[in-house]
Amino acid sequence: METILVSLGGGLMQAFEPLNFFMIVAGCLAGLFVGCMPGLGSVNGVAILLPITFLVPPTAAIIFLAALYYGAMYGGAISSITLGIPGASTAVATVFDGRPMAQQGKADKALMAAAIASFIGGTVSIILFTLFAPPLAIFALKFGPQEEFALMLLAFATFIGLGGDDIPKTIFSILLGLVMAAVGFDIISGQPRMIFFDMVEFQRGIGFLVLAIGIYGIGEMLWTLESTKGQIQMHKVSMTWARMKENFGEIKLYINSTWLGSFLGFFVGTLPAAGATPAALMSYGLSKTFSKDPDSYGKGNVAGVAAPEAANNAASTGSMLPMITLGIPGSPTTAILLGGMIIWGLRPGPLLFQESPEFVWGLIGSMYVANVVTVLLNLALIPVFIRVLAMPFTLLTPIIFVLCVLGVFATTDRMFDTWIMLFIGVVGYLMRKLNYPVAPAVLAIVLGPLAERSMRQSLISSQGDVTTFITRPISLTCVLLAVLLISYPLIQKVVRKRKAAAAG
Amino acid sequence: MTVRTAELLMGIATLVLSLGLMYNVWADGLRVDWVDGRGPGAGVWPFWLSLGMALASVATLYRWYSGATPESRSDAPYIDKDTLFLVAISAFAIFALLVMMTYIGTYLALMIFMFFFVRVLGRHSWGVTNSFVIGTPIFIYLLFEVALTKYLPKGLPFFEEGFLWIDNFRYEWFY
Amino acid sequence: MTFVKTLSVSALALAVTAPAAFAEWQPRKPVEFIIMAGTGGGADQIARLLQGLIEKKDLSPRPFIPINKPGGSGAEALRYLQDKEGDNHTVMMTLNSFYTTPIIQEDLGVDVTTFTPIGLMAMDTFLLWVNTDREDITDLDSYVEAVKGAGLDWKVGGTGSGQEDSVLTAMMEAAFDYDVTYIPFPGGGTVAKNLVGNQIDSTVNNPAEQMEFFRAGNSKPLVQFTDVRMPAFPDTPTAKELGVDIEYYMQRSVNGPPGMDPEAVEFYVNLFGELFASQEWQDFCTSDGLTCDNFMKGADLASFHSDNVVAHKALIEQVGASSITGE
Repeated sequence: METILVSLGGGLMQAFEPLNFFMIVAGCLAGLFVGCMPGLGSVNGVAILLPITFLVPPTAAIIFLAALYYGAMYGGAISSITLGIPGASTAVATVFDGRPMAQQGKADKALMAAAIASFIGGTVSIILFTLFAPPLAIFALKFGPQEEFALMLLAFATFIGLGGDDIPKTIFSILLGLVMAAVGFDIISGQPRMIFFDMVEFQRGIGFLVLAIGIYGIGEMLWTLESTKGQIQMHKVSMTWARMKENFGEIKLYINSTWLGSFLGFFVGTLPAAGATPAALMSYGLSKTFSKDPDSYGKGNVAGVAAPEAANNAASTGSMLPMITLGIPGSPTTAILLGGMIIWGLRPGPLLFQESPEFVWGLIGSMYVANVVTVLLNLALIPVFIRVLAMPFTLLTPIIFVLCVLGVFATTDRMFDTWIMLFIGVVGYLMRKLNYPVAPAVLAIVLGPLAERSMRQSLISSQGDVTTFITRPISLTCVLLAVLLISYPLIQKVVRKRKAAAAG
Repeated sequence: MTVRTAELLMGIATLVLSLGLMYNVWADGLRVDWVDGRGPGAGVWPFWLSLGMALASVATLYRWYSGATPESRSDAPYIDKDTLFLVAISAFAIFALLVMMTYIGTYLALMIFMFFFVRVLGRHSWGVTNSFVIGTPIFIYLLFEVALTKYLPKGLPFFEEGFLWIDNFRYEWFY
Repeated sequence: MTFVKTLSVSALALAVTAPAAFAEWQPRKPVEFIIMAGTGGGADQIARLLQGLIEKKDLSPRPFIPINKPGGSGAEALRYLQDKEGDNHTVMMTLNSFYTTPIIQEDLGVDVTTFTPIGLMAMDTFLLWVNTDREDITDLDSYVEAVKGAGLDWKVGGTGSGQEDSVLTAMMEAAFDYDVTYIPFPGGGTVAKNLVGNQIDSTVNNPAEQMEFFRAGNSKPLVQFTDVRMPAFPDTPTAKELGVDIEYYMQRSVNGPPGMDPEAVEFYVNLFGELFASQEWQDFCTSDGLTCDNFMKGADLASFHSDNVVAHKALIEQVGASSITGE
């Protein structure tokens, strides 16, 4: 314990060295900017890093990168709230309540909740990281395919209540997302699946961002055009001190969801392969399930912004754990980061803590500082972000369209995906007009590949024995929790009906 | 077209899509059954989930027939004229943007796209129009090509040459 | 010894740099550096390291932009390169799926022997790994015994059916006359983690993917599938020493699309030759157990490729495509 504190102190001191501190601020700003562009996230931001890498020492470079990572994570929430377009899969759940809040003229409250929740999530996560990294790494190793699949079940279970009121259409939407996730090359059998019109581009599959930007970017804009007849004027928000103070007072509305998201996010984030997206989704789902007022979720409940944001920030810190301790990247960004570490002559792996303590503690220390810097920057910049909403719609619309197209192009470097995006956007709009819920499809395409792969890996390793999911303790726990969660709303309904019957 | 008709057509479309997907998986020769000792085959996931989609579509069609959903009872127009114009023109503009990006390159395409939206649709002043038509490509260039090192589509060789001529200045002056 | 090596390496570097000064052709726009695998894998790490070195050493007037095209075990990348015929601003980092993917996916319409060979950066190697917890397994014999005892309960992890390690696993099944259960994972790193976590029983990883776990004492190599023992693993016997005729390598070469201009080829050959000779690259090879003795280029590399295509065809026929895909 004492050694941890001493090392941490050293790490914090490092973070405050002028060069390193400058890197933190620069990284946070760059990350925020890149993150708030639809489609662009920390993966793209890493490109900025490379030239810098050769100018500064490795520790400063990794600090810049960690700050960029944080900044991008916050930035994702900004486009989710102000534009209604999730910039990254981690910010999907933030759209559900963030967007309605912006439409009700409460964008500042949503942004503030996102910033504060992210800060708490990040801080809780770093503290847990500092104290428990080695034992958690050992726990993460116990997570095999069976546990992964059980976790996916749990993630789906938290989302039972998310769909619309039209059950067949909700089911259709979920299944469509799951099937779309299967397009492309099947790594288990090595066979191509659903390569429509024999176009080799489909072998890559349909990416999450293509679907999400198609539906939320293009589809949502068309929807807004329709509902406002092009005469749209978003509700302007004027930022005053009184309003700021009022906003701070509202923290208690979402503090519980924030705690929930923080711990859940960290835990799920530390598991290799899971990462921040399932964490954010589960956090949103759980927060809704256990809320006193679940019906207000999706209509602009501030807790629905805080829960996923706390979770995705906590998880992104958590996902550094498998990378640092095991050398396994938990996300594409950390994968590229891993490449960077190799250029610097650092080998991520079980020995990194012992062999390069200065580097590791410098990184951890800078995560504390980066978190504080990002939240301050964010709060200061909220008035700037909401200015976006005050732009005339005829100017905002083409800019959003352009960013959607280029954002999708930038993720895969091919025009093919932009065509798919446009197609999905238009079809999504037409379906949405008929009350088909779109969120389940987006969630399903994120979780689908993980679920299918882990299920088939488990069954291959058990040679087709289905009981493999309930004979392993961690997996069994997750399955039981999932079953409980699925039946929870039913139980609640029954109880309520009984009560109503007794009262009537 | 009324909402009721649209609901029917969409139900049929989703049903056809689901069956098409099932056929696609089956025609590819993927295993759609349980493989002994290995669990589900490669086609199980898409095939049976597509069947689920088909069943959901049938349920929607039945609910249309019995009038259980609000959409199936509504005789309001599915897309009214004003909306159709706005939505169609936006979708078409993006379509045109993608075509133009492929042939004349991203930057010229962006300028034409912005001009269309800002001046033709938005009827903004020439000052605003010009600043957007010129500002957008510059911003995109700085963000994507300079900062994020992405090489955006440049179109046919003729247009690519033109771009490279300009891009050369960056390397000559700054590197 | 180190001194001599440094000297020879720098002399080589000098020799390679000199003609670069006279090369007329230079890229006029950013060069697309295609990677036929996903982010984070071995090929990706190497490509990003090379890109960084190009930038650091200022070897190219235009940057190299790494682009991952992992779809279909590299099928997407191969088709992309094929369709880029005559383009002078695209090069690709390849691995063995360069050979296997066009064989397994016959209708892809790609003939890799038409591609423009640029340079062979390294030969990667394979070792057989088990968790150090398996104290009963100390050498190949006890391994084979354990596998035969477990039968299909023996789980081998790999990076996907049709990938190099599944070919090697099938070769071992044929050589030792046993059957194992092969479980595909999305990348070499994940395989390594699952081995350390005891989710799988053995794997044939590249050294780079296991190195850190090996150094930490979490996993141990039993056999290396090389001609002679690698310096990084002096105590691990080769399969040949044990009388098993399995030798298998992963090539890591850079290739261009068909019909590249000779001047452009010369530029890239010089550039990658210089990278090859650089201290950074040689250090990386040593620490990652890559063999980087010989920078093969031009006609040599072309015949190397065509030999390998033939060899892989024979291999796949011999073990049977079905034993690789598993269904």
